[in-house]
Order: sequence, then C-alpha cells, then structure tokens
Amino acid sequence: MTPDELTQPADNLLDVERTFSERLAYIGRFFWRDKSGIIGLVMFFLVVFAAVFSPAISPYNPLKQNLRDSKMLPAWTAEGSWDHPFGTDNLGRDIFSRVIYGARVSLTVGFFGVLIAGTLGMVLGAIAGYAGGRIDSVIMGVINLVLSLPYLLFVVFIAAILGRSLINVILIFGITDSPVFARVTRGEVLRIRESGYVESAISAGARWPRIVFDHIIPNLIGPLITLATFEMSAMIFYEAGLGFLGLSVPPTVPSWGNMLAAGRKYLTSYPWIATFPGLAIMFTSMGMNLLGDWLRDVLDPRLRRSRK
Amino acid sequence: MSEQKDVLLRVDGLKMYFPITQGIVVQRHVGDVKAVDGLTFDIHQGETLGLVGESGCGKSTTGRAILQLYKPTAGQVIFEGEDITAMRGESLRKMRRRMQMIFQDPYASLNPRMTVGNIVSEPLEVHSLFNGKERREKVKELLDVVGLNPYFVNRYPHEFSGGQRQRIGVARALALNPDFIVCDEPISALDVSIQAQVINLLEDLQQEFGLTYLFIAHDLSVVRHISDRIAVMYLGKLVELTTRDELYANPMHPYSQALLSAVPIPDPVVEEKRQRVILEGDVPSPANPPKGCNFCTRCPKAFEPCYETEPEFKEIESGHWVACHLY
Repeated sequence: MTPDELTQPADNLLDVERTFSERLAYIGRFFWRDKSGIIGLVMFFLVVFAAVFSPAISPYNPLKQNLRDSKMLPAWTAEGSWDHPFGTDNLGRDIFSRVIYGARVSLTVGFFGVLIAGTLGMVLGAIAGYAGGRIDSVIMGVINLVLSLPYLLFVVFIAAILGRSLINVILIFGITDSPVFARVTRGEVLRIRESGYVESAISAGARWPRIVFDHIIPNLIGPLITLATFEMSAMIFYEAGLGFLGLSVPPTVPSWGNMLAAGRKYLTSYPWIATFPGLAIMFTSMGMNLLGDWLRDVLDPRLRRSRK
Repeated sequence: MSEQKDVLLRVDGLKMYFPITQGIVVQRHVGDVKAVDGLTFDIHQGETLGLVGESGCGKSTTGRAILQLYKPTAGQVIFEGEDITAMRGESLRKMRRRMQMIFQDPYASLNPRMTVGNIVSEPLEVHSLFNGKERREKVKELLDVVGLNPYFVNRYPHEFSGGQRQRIGVARALALNPDFIVCDEPISALDVSIQAQVINLLEDLQQEFGLTYLFIAHDLSVVRHISDRIAVMYLGKLVELTTRDELYANPMHPYSQALLSAVPIPDPVVEEKRQRVILEGDVPSPANPPKGCNFCTRCPKAFEPCYETEPEFKEIESGHWVACHLY
C-alpha cells in the first residue's frame, strides 16, 4: 500500500465536520448502545423525581400518625389494602409516602456532601499537585491527618456538640470525604503536568492559563465526575447508616436511615417496615453506580469506541 | 549535503544538573545528576546534526535544555546571535516560534481529549496567528503536508496508528514555520516498516522548508542515513563530533569505534571480517562520574592520564573534534 492509501478515511462518520444536531444524534446512538447506562440514568432520575415532587406524588402526609391503622402489611399481601401500598409502620404512618420523602434527605446529603468534599478536595489537591515541594508536603500532611480521624467518633462528637441536623451531616461528610477528592486530583495533576502533551504545549509557547484550562482540567474532569457519582452513592449509604444509629437527622424527619432504625424492633414480627427503606437505598446506590460506570466510559474518548 | 557554514545555533558549555535531595519537609541538597556536563558545539543552517549515544547518556536532556524546556544549570545557547538562556517570559515565548520539537513518544505527546485539528492548531492559537477560518484551512494544509487526510481534523489521537500520530506531531511542529527542530528519537517508538516513512517525510520537509534538525537517536543506521554531521555522546559529554562520512570511515574516539563496530554491514564478505569491540562493564552513574575521562572505566585503550585528567574536546583535524588523550 502507498502511504496515500494508508491514510484514507476508514469511518466517514467522524471525518466530516458535523453540525450540532448530528453530534447530538451521535451521542444519542452511543447512549442507546449502552443499556446499563440508560438503566442507571432512569433509576437516578426516578429518585430525583421522587425527591423533587414528593408532596405531589405521596398519597399521605409522611408525618401523620394513625394508630388504628398501624403495622399494616403491603397491598399485595392478603391483609393489605391499596390505601397504603407499602403498608404502615408502628405508628400508622404511610411507608410509601415516607420512602418518597426519604429521597429528599438522601439526595440532599449526597449532592451537597459531594459538592463540599469535591470543591474542597479539588482545590487542595490541585494546589498540592501543581505547586509541589513544601506546599504539597503541608497539604498532604493535613489531608492524611483528616483521613486518620476515626470518622464515626467524629460524627458522634459533632452530633453531641452541635446537635442532630441535616447541615451538620452534610458538613461532616463534606470534610471527611474531601481527602479522597484531594488525593485523586493531586495524582492526576501530577501525572498531567509531567505529560508529553503539556511539555509540547510549553514548547509551542503556551502560557499557563491554556495549560490549565485546555490540558489539565479536561483530562482531570472525567475521573473526578466518575468519582463524584461513586462518592455520592457512598454518602447516601453512610447517611442511612448514621440514621440507623440515630446520629443523622432528627427522628421526626422521614429519612431512610431513620425508618430502618424504627423498623429494627419489628424485624421479626413486621419485617416490611424496614424492607422498603432498605430497598430504596439499594435502588438509589445501584442506579448511581451504573451511571458512574457509564459516565467514566463516555467521558473518555479512548473508551468510547470500545464500549459495546 | 550543503557546505554552508552559517551557524544557526551555538551551544556553549551547556550543563544540566538535576539536584538530588533528601528529607521530607526540609530538603537537603546531597548531590547532582550530571545529565549534561559541558557541551559545546555548533549547528549550521540547513544541516542535520545527529546526536547519538546509549540510553541515559543525556541526549534527550540536551535537546530539552537547548529548547529551554529545562532551565540549563550553566552555559549558553545562542540562536542567531542571541543567548536564549537569558530570555524569560514573553521574549522566550516569541523565540519558541522558531524552534520546535518532535517528541519521542507519539502516544504521550498528544492530548487524548483534543481533536487532531485542535492539536495542530494549538501553536497557531498560542501565537495568535490567523483567525478562525484561515486557521482551519492552515491546519488542513499542514495535515496534507505530512501525508494525512485533511478530513481527519475531528478525530482523536487514539484513533490513529503510531506512525500517523507521529505525523500529527510533525504537523504540529511545522505549524509555526520554525527554523530549527529538535527531533527527539522521533522514530524509536515506531514499527520498523513505518520508520522509513517518517524519516523520508522529515527529509522531504527539510528540503521543502529549509529546516535545520538536531536529530537525536540511538539507531546508528538511521543517523547515518539522515545526518550531515554526527556528535557522539557518552555520560553527559561529547566524545566526538565530525561529518558523517568521516565518522563512519575514521572513528577516532574508542567509544565511537566500539559503537560503530556494533552496526552490521549489509555485505556478507565485509560483515565476515567485522571486528566487534565489546565494552566491558556498565555506564557509571551520572551522579558520580569517574575521575579523569568519563569513559576510562570501560575504555579498552585507557592509560594513566585517562584516570587523572579530563581530556579536552579539541579539533584534531579540520572539522573533526575528539575528546581523548590518545590524540
């Protein structure tokens, strides 16, 4: 073959300058090929939908007690009724409504927790990685110190001093989780800063803003978004764990963790009370993990093709 | 092979030391890796100067120090009469337009998140050359020049083979119309079948644009093919510098002799008689080079002064520089 033949286009789709709608169609096709990504996205949006529109879609006030109708079984069992699809808890509150409202707490904690942890961690990690030397040593020292704090003890401590509230939970997660983001960011910045393409940009005469915005950030963003989805699902998990231990939001707030804690006493007699919030947690974190997996592949042009 | 003697670039006493430090918070300076230790040579307008030597001898560091990608520890790099080691900031940035580099690893030197079009146009954007449409045309033209289909502009680097990626690297280096290009082992990461294509491309471009190359390599037959003059490097120092034909016909430094004796000759009769000079031992550490001549620990012809004093890099015959006590 002549060099000319060797360089003929193999795939015309990519070689023409595409319009915006064509690009969108391309992304859509790509999305459709990867079913687990769609499933993850649908699951995630269902939870977001439940959180945003909880007053509209929940049939009852989640706080309203009705002792006469307490400990009802789910609708599909012999004793159940469609008035309460998932049954009622020990105080006669509608479990279905409470599960829907619980999404609010979980998503709020997950979203703001990751926002704080991500912002804090990225800034610290980027400074440590880019500046290097003594600044790096100091920042990483502080980060290792935060990592060495026994997180549960820290939570008990804060809850004891500041009381149980949503904001405290978010702050605790934001601070204790920021080292994860800082480490990943620092590692990536170090790797990218020494990479061949940054060197070639410098040799072309690029100034630092171009290096940061065209080279470092685009190569950093993929791993961080992926990390953020996984961390968000982990935070939702931990929040439920704290709720179960009675360390998260006040017991009056319908959260999945609080519901689990309330259902614990009735696990042998009325297992449904704890089952539904448990399933909700599972559903959410599974959706987010599928989504994160898919995002990682989509955000990296090298992996786009290999994904079936 | 022109006999022009206009010096485009003069390297004078170039040293590049990398500090070795110890300690976690308070870093103590405990020594230096003398990657490049006092190089002096000229590169003439329009020529290709080959720079050979084994791995780790400081070839690539030399290339980077010349382009100011590393700040040299000492010495001067004089490009058309101006000392670029003294330049900072904006003036250095402007100077970079005239000197470019083709990198060794075509997989690492292209940003995986940028399209080929963006990669090739980056140097143009950096120096605000052309505007939108003209720039896109220029990029397509550049891709065409290096033998790539101009319609590849929207593709990403991972969609190309090693040889094609190196062509992208060449297109990028050419974008600013430089006078001088450092080719840092541009073909050592490529398949043998592709190497010849890239070499021919580099030669054609040199003809067309009147480029001057510093061609760093460890493949002696490639260097012989492309170079006008060849510099041989050992442990951070030049041991010999002369024209290509002179070096291959009459290598004077024992290291050059050993190096060249390793090249097979494509003639069975001559190949039969080829005497290999096998060097004993390993290259000493550049952090702790031997006293006297750097090569004395492995030199088959070493005698007393070699262990005591460092040989001077001097012109033995016209245009033939050697650093050896034998001459």
